Order: sequence, then structure tokens, then C-alpha cells
Amino acid sequence: MEKINVNVTLDAKGLACPMPIVKTKKAMNQLESGQVLEVQATDKGSKADIKAWAESTGHQYLGTLEEGEVLKHYLRKSSSDETIERKHPNVINNDELETKLNANENIVVLDVRETAEYAFNHIPNAISIPLGELENRLNELSKEDNIFVICRTGSRSDLASQKLAEKGFTNVINVVPGMSEWTGKTVSLNN
Amino acid sequence: MTVNAMTSKEVTNKVFNKEALFILDVRNESDFQDWKIEGENFEYLNIPYFELLDGVEGIIGKIPTDKEVLVVCAKEGSSVMVAEMLSDAGLTVSYLKGGMKAWSEHLEPVKVGDLKDGGEIYQFVRIGKGCLSYMVVSNGEAAIIDSTRMTDVYLEFAESIGAKITHVFDTHLHADHISGGRVIAEKTGATYWLPPKDATEVTFNYQPLEDGNDVEIGNVKINIHALYSPGHTIGSTSFIVDEKFLLSGDILFIDSIGRPDLAGLAQDWVGDLRESLYKRYRELSEDLVVLPAHFMIIEELNEDGSVAEKLGTLYSKNHGLNIEDEAEFRRMVTENLPPQPNSYQEIRETNMGKINPDDEKQREMEIGPNRCAVR
Repeated sequence: MEKINVNVTLDAKGLACPMPIVKTKKAMNQLESGQVLEVQATDKGSKADIKAWAESTGHQYLGTLEEGEVLKHYLRKSSSDETIERKHPNVINNDELETKLNANENIVVLDVRETAEYAFNHIPNAISIPLGELENRLNELSKEDNIFVICRTGSRSDLASQKLAEKGFTNVINVVPGMSEWTGKTVSLNN
Repeated sequence: MTVNAMTSKEVTNKVFNKEALFILDVRNESDFQDWKIEGENFEYLNIPYFELLDGVEGIIGKIPTDKEVLVVCAKEGSSVMVAEMLSDAGLTVSYLKGGMKAWSEHLEPVKVGDLKDGGEIYQFVRIGKGCLSYMVVSNGEAAIIDSTRMTDVYLEFAESIGAKITHVFDTHLHADHISGGRVIAEKTGATYWLPPKDATEVTFNYQPLEDGNDVEIGNVKINIHALYSPGHTIGSTSFIVDEKFLLSGDILFIDSIGRPDLAGLAQDWVGDLRESLYKRYRELSEDLVVLPAHFMIIEELNEDGSVAEKLGTLYSKNHGLNIEDEAEFRRMVTENLPPQPNSYQEIRETNMGKINPDDEKQREMEIGPNRCAVR
């Protein structure tokens, strides 16, 4: 199973509604934009409520893992990365990438979202290196490869693409908009 | 300020009496859309509790001050929180004790009639879920039909009227709620009857219920006559009690008819359903009082909270009994079906004894409306 890295883990086990959400809200306030929270709860109703709460507040609900009696919910604090101006020149859209994947072209898909986002929904065989770890993990990639960088909305992947270009990777293409509107094949921890 | 707890029984009385009530349902939107407390004169506002964590100022103006207000959530906790916030803001409100969980489990006994030789028949209205079960009482003995899993209610009721439960029946293998039949039979030593065609996979012993079986309750011989009426399930059996009441199970309801698809055999069973409704029931007396195993909409309740109507009236008013064309009937009951009941496969397996979920799991499986009918 893929490892899911989180910034903060909240223990809400044994608490009944409304407390899991009350605590989640408080914990979320302490996080920085883009950080990931794991909420552990035993209240079965917490799953639908956390999802609905995240939708109403603009946070990203990533998914829930069930381990015995414990539900582990993963949330990512809303970020304003949609507004950043993209600078990397080489860009393709989702459909074009899907066509290349279906044609079995020799390409590398690099997913730079957080591991928790990747775990619940990613393109088969995509490599997971979160943006924040990219600089230290460049050795996992080869400079000659055709690398298609993807994130949720195209902003983190833009930053990652710039970083790779700066480090001498020549065939780097940013995928826009990215996983938020991806309709091709995906893999999830849950299925 | 303290807030009042309102019980499911009190809310049930408001439903029966068609009283006005303003319900602030603080569950999430999809749960509210799926299933809520129904009352003819109830008004609703659905705001999830998690949107009220910072305060209730935003909704104060939407809550009437000239009506009784009830805050409702899944299990009670969130409704207490919101009710207290509203109370601090100067409103007088109640919360539903035990939340929708308690509402789903509440059974209200209603007497539906007297039997010839001094017996009575009671209907247990599971108001939150629309399930109806029955107790036929005669001379110190009682039979229970289509019981829910809240078995203590029947045991206590029988004790309170001084009756011993001797026979327990299920009209069919239920897919929308967990039967309490086996548990009651085990606790009381009563005989548990099931239609054998629905019971081919059950893991426990039962008494096979066949067409034409007559079971007598009490010394004065209240007669329960089994009538094979397949269609909702292959084994579905109706009962004629005391030549006066027709317990129709999930074959015929007041405003709708049974759906044939919950075992995945809609095309096979639709012919049986038509045969049962258009031939077998047709041969019965129109004066029989139909007592179904469900109601779907609150308008099916009579003034006293009971759900009962003469067979003759249903033949003139129930749309499902008035479709001349067989192909059209087939279309109606196999197409445009409502969603299947939540967890219906797991519920069937529980009723067969194949799985034994704990109480909490059983409760969860049953959450939501019953959806056993087509209209």
C-alpha cells in the first residue's frame, strides 16, 4: 500500500457527532494552505458529514480508509493555487495526454500532488513525488524521459515543470487542468 | 437556558393528529433528501449542523416564533448543540430525543379492530420507516405477523395485555427491514412460520407456511388462513384473519402495489404479481379490510394513525389494481422503479440467518425509507 504522508493527524475516535467535525474545523484552521489532515474517527456518520462539510467550505476531501472500526478521513486545506499565473511554456491538455497513454507512448507521468491526494485517485503507473519533495528526489527521474507533470489544477505542476527545466530536464510538459477534470483511467487505494 | 427533549412518541402523536411542527433538520443535505420525518402539517428547514458551528445568527430569521420548533439530527448530539445555540439566542426549541435513529425504531401500537369472539387485532406502526406489523390477540394468546427487530416492544405489549405469544409469522422474506420473528419465537417458545419458497436458503428451523394452512389462536379459534400470493417474492403469502382482515404483506398497499425486483427476478415474478392482484385477490370478499406490511406516504394514514382500507375501495382507487393491459402493467412494475432499499441484500441475508450483524450494524443497515412499492 502506498504511504500517505499527512501534516497533522487528529484523533476523534470515540467521539459522537458533532464533535468529529467541530475538532476537524479547529484543526483545519491551524493548517497552512495545501497541507493535509488525517482525521481518525469511529462515528460512521462522520464520512458523509466530513465530505459535505469540506465541499461547503472549499476544502478538498480526498477520501476515507476504513481500518477495522476506525475511519481515516483525508482532507487538504483549500489553497489559492488556482490563481497563480502559469509560466512553464510547454503545456498539453488532459485529452491529449489521455490519447498518448492510450497509444502506449513511451512517456512518464509525474504526479506532484500530496501523497494523500495521489492515493485516492491517480493515473495508472504515474510516479508520485509531491512538489515539496521534488528538489531532493530528482535522481528518481531521468533527464532524457518525456515527462508529463500533473497535479490537481495545473499550478503545482507548473512550478514543478519550471523546477525540472531549471535542473536540466529537457522534455517536460505541464498537463492542464490536471486531475480535477481527469476523465481517463485512474487507480485508487479504495478499489 | 435548557432545551426540551421531544420523544418519538410525542412526534408520532403530532403526525397522527395532523398538528403543525417546524422541523430544523441539521443532518447533511443528502441524508435529509433521502429520508426525513413526514407529517402533513410539518414544515422543514435543512441546514447541516456543520454550517452552524460559528453561530446561528444567519438562520434565526428563518425560524418561526409562532410554531413549535424541533431540531433533528442523526443521533441527537448535533441537534442538542444547535438547539442550545438557538435557545441562547432567545428561541424556545426542542430536540428529537435519540435523533433519527430513535425515530426509525419507534413503534406505535394502534388497535385496528375487534374479532368476533372477543379478540383484537393491533397494528404496530413504525412511523419513521413505514413498516407495519401486527398482533392478533384472542383469549390470552397472541400471534405476531411481520415483526420488526424491536422485539421488546411486542413482548412488553403482549405482557401488558396478559397474552402469551404462541405463533409468529412473516408474510415473506423481507428486504427492507430486519425481521424480529426468529428472536421472538426463540424467546417465547412460539412457532415461527415462513413461506418455504422464500426460505430455501435460511439457516434455522421454521414451520413451513403453505397455502390453505389454518392456524388457531386462543381457545375461541381465531382463524388465520394462509393465502399464497406470490409477486413481491416467490413465497409471499397473505393471511385472512377471522374472515375479516386481509394481511397483504408487500403485495398490496393502500396507494401502491408491491415491487417484484428485490431478489433480482422482476421479469420472472411480474406475472405472479399480476395473478395475485388481479385473480386471487379478486376472488376474495370486497369487505375484507386490507392491512399491508407498509405504508409509503403519510397520506395513507387514517385519522387514528392506522393504515387500513377495504379491499373493494382499493379495487376502485388503487391505480396498481386498475391497469387493464398486461403489457402496461409489466412496464409499470419493472421500469421506473424507485431506488432499492438501502442495504437490501445484507438485510435479506440477515433474515435468512446467513449473517449476524450486531445491533449497531443492523440499525445502520435499516436507515432510510422502505421503498417496497411501485405506484
